[in-house]
Amino acid sequence: MADESAAENDSGVFARLKSGLAKTRSNLAGGFDNIVHGRAKVGPELLEELEETLLIADVGMQTTSFILEDLKREVSQNRIRENKEVLEQLKQRMVHVLSQNQKPLSFSEHQPFVILVVGVNGSGKTTTIGKLARHWKQQGKKVLLAAGDTFRAAAIDQLQVWAERSNIPCISQKSGADLSAVAYDAVQAGMAREMDLVIIDTAGRLQTNTNLMEELKKVKRVIGKVLPGAPHETLLVLDATIGQNSISQARLFNEALEVDGLVMTKLDGTAKGGVLFNITGDLKLPVRFVGVGEKPEDLQEFIPENFVEALIPG
Amino acid sequence: MFDNLSDRLEAIYKKLKGRGVLKEPDVDEALREIRVALIEADVSLPVIKDFIAEVRVQAVGQEVLKSLTPGHQMVKIVNDHLTHLLGEEFVDIQIASKPPTIILMAGLQGSGKTTTVGKLAKRFKEKGKNCLLVPADVYRPAAIEQLHVLGRELGVAVYDAGEEKDPVAICKKSLDEAVNKMSQVVIIDTAGRQQVDDALMEELKQIKETVQPHEVLFVADAMMGQQSADIAKTFNDAVGIDGVILTKMDGDARGGAAFSIKRVTGKPIRFIGMGEKLDALEPFHPDRIVSRILGMGDVMSLVEKAEENFEQEEQEKLQKKIRANAFTLEDFRGQLKQVQKMGSMEQLLSMIPGAGKLAKGLKIDDRAFVQVEAIISSMTQREREKHNIINASRKRRIAQGSGTRVNDVNKLLKQFAQMQKMMKKAARGGGMNFGSLMGGRGMPGRFF
Ligand SMILES: Nc1nc2c(ncn2[C@@H]2O[C@H](COP(=O)(O)OP(=O)(O)OP(=O)(O)O)[C@@H](O)[C@H]2O)c(=O)[nH]1
Ligand SMILES: Nc1nc2c(ncn2[C@@H]2O[C@H](COP(=O)(O)OP(=O)(O)OP(=O)(O)O)[C@@H](O)[C@H]2O)c(=O)[nH]1
Ligand SMILES: [Mg+2]
Ligand SMILES: [Mg+2]
Repeated sequence: MADESAAENDSGVFARLKSGLAKTRSNLAGGFDNIVHGRAKVGPELLEELEETLLIADVGMQTTSFILEDLKREVSQNRIRENKEVLEQLKQRMVHVLSQNQKPLSFSEHQPFVILVVGVNGSGKTTTIGKLARHWKQQGKKVLLAAGDTFRAAAIDQLQVWAERSNIPCISQKSGADLSAVAYDAVQAGMAREMDLVIIDTAGRLQTNTNLMEELKKVKRVIGKVLPGAPHETLLVLDATIGQNSISQARLFNEALEVDGLVMTKLDGTAKGGVLFNITGDLKLPVRFVGVGEKPEDLQEFIPENFVEALIPG
Repeated sequence: MFDNLSDRLEAIYKKLKGRGVLKEPDVDEALREIRVALIEADVSLPVIKDFIAEVRVQAVGQEVLKSLTPGHQMVKIVNDHLTHLLGEEFVDIQIASKPPTIILMAGLQGSGKTTTVGKLAKRFKEKGKNCLLVPADVYRPAAIEQLHVLGRELGVAVYDAGEEKDPVAICKKSLDEAVNKMSQVVIIDTAGRQQVDDALMEELKQIKETVQPHEVLFVADAMMGQQSADIAKTFNDAVGIDGVILTKMDGDARGGAAFSIKRVTGKPIRFIGMGEKLDALEPFHPDRIVSRILGMGDVMSLVEKAEENFEQEEQEKLQKKIRANAFTLEDFRGQLKQVQKMGSMEQLLSMIPGAGKLAKGLKIDDRAFVQVEAIISSMTQREREKHNIINASRKRRIAQGSGTRVNDVNKLLKQFAQMQKMMKKAARGGGMNFGSLMGGRGMPGRFF
């Protein structure tokens, strides 16, 4: 790494990503192959293996039992006989859970389309905004950013660096300024400058901190006064490395703010983000994007099939 | 939606009630519930498997304490073993004998490294140490600025990396500055990295080799999921860590990662982050996180209650005796033994919130207990039951037998007589327990 000046070397990044993914794959597929490709009959061994695979992917006990319960019934009714078939059925079901609520983001009905980005500390909000802004700008959209995290040290600078990288305007005030004031400014500027998109960053906060959750409720109200109907999308950013607490995050953020969509970051590590099954099943929220690295291009649209394949390879 | 562990175990308790020994099937049934609780608390599966196996070995065949139901006893075994594995007490960062003490931060992206550097710097500053903070995260936008802002806020020096973009070079040069500045503590902030990122893990290794830190701190998010064991192990194998800091404990995370990380690395969890502000860093106390991981603070209080009930029964027996004016030296010795079983007086006090500090200044002499016990033990059964018969020659024998002076025996007998009187009075008033005897004003102070 010493000879690779800063992080701007793309081939280095690609190599990094590839080796990372390869490791992930071998970790997960280990042992599983035997059962899938072996001659063994469908039985408790396979179900146990499946249970562990799901649990290790952070699917959680409740959801895992729920998913497998269905499958066990099918097996006991002799509807499924082959291991491979079990896996196929399982994957289909899981894809179904994740697909139910998927619907595309459509900007066309609102101008500007205002996105409020929220989540716990360090989940990847600011980075995701940087990536999204670049992504949409490349599609020809006029994007405006708002540095709404006035609390954390250098959070404003961080968003500004992202804005400069993609040559996108960024509304900001001084550190310590009121989030609602920044958001107000940004939405007004977005309207005046006829932007297609206004994306507002916010400081990370734990979902149990009621004062800080109130602050977000307030910013929503303020934005709605400037532009009725806004924010059009409240985006909750979840970190795939986090376990069952993501469920609490999704619930409490949704209760306070009526979340419209999810982003899951850090899927380039070994974490699989299996909590999404619980969250999408329970709260009926669409997953918009996934983060697979720290570079501007490390953002992908969420594709349920790919997500499930990464969870249960083979 | 989730039944809590206490409810689930409660159901098992009912069936288990009244059996003398923990039997295999009962233990296994309870362990299944405990497994589920640990999974929901994000303890890594392989770690759970080992833990369950160990608890099983300990539990099967164990005799159930008179004071507890079998279910409660299971909870106690699990609780005690988990506390034991998490490390019994707080272990602070060691200051090197020859300054500067070099601390290297490591961890995943967004875990809280930079913020924790600020928190540690504040802590060291308050202890009168001058620090140098080193920004070695050249990747994340404004990461270096973030550290400078924290440094300015604290009035702590931050190394100026200038145009240097190589983290290893930055760290190397910063050490020269630390020597020039006569810094006592150097804290190096590094970029977040995934443990599967070979290039960045290699970079961290190089930094470590270059600066030879006294302490590599693995900073982990308390909300981490199943991967925590794997991630911590990879960091430990690749770089070698000396301690762990668990951040974001101010939320509702169950904190199972604490157990996974401790288990696979064997390294102590030193501090927990309790908020974003720079003063939100607390020493880690294993016992406090255990009931959080198990999700059964309420069950532990049940166990405590059961133990209390047991004590209460004993108390009632005692009260009857006192009312009947039949409290003897024998009873007194029994009480002393019970107190001693619970630990030293200082330990006992340290368990009481707020009393710990008091105990430090107090100097309580546990030997006084021993002396009293020795004296009573040197008496005959009859003497213990009827202390009035103890005459001068008996006193001499007792003193000799217990290695004390007659004076000590006299003192004890006098105090005991007064105690009996007081007890009778208190018993008539209704409220009377051993605690007020030992810790209350009046008698005990003179005894010990
Ligand atoms: N590996 C990886 N790292 C990511 C990803 N997304 C974000 N990060 C990193 O995670 C860390 C935190 O990201 P931020 O964007 O600052 O997170 P945030 O939610 O804005 O944090 P706060 O504002 O402090 O609450 C940074 O080091 C990012 O580079 C991802 O998809 N993969
Ligand atoms: N609630 C809470 N937030 C914390 C705690 N520790 C850190 N944070 C927040 O977590 C977020 C990430 O913290 P950073 O210090 O930037 O994390 P980092 O590990 O340096 O991140 P990278 O350098 O991007 O890998 C920030 O919003 C911090 O304010 C804590 O104990 N409690
Ligand atoms: Mg941010
Ligand atoms: Mg940092």
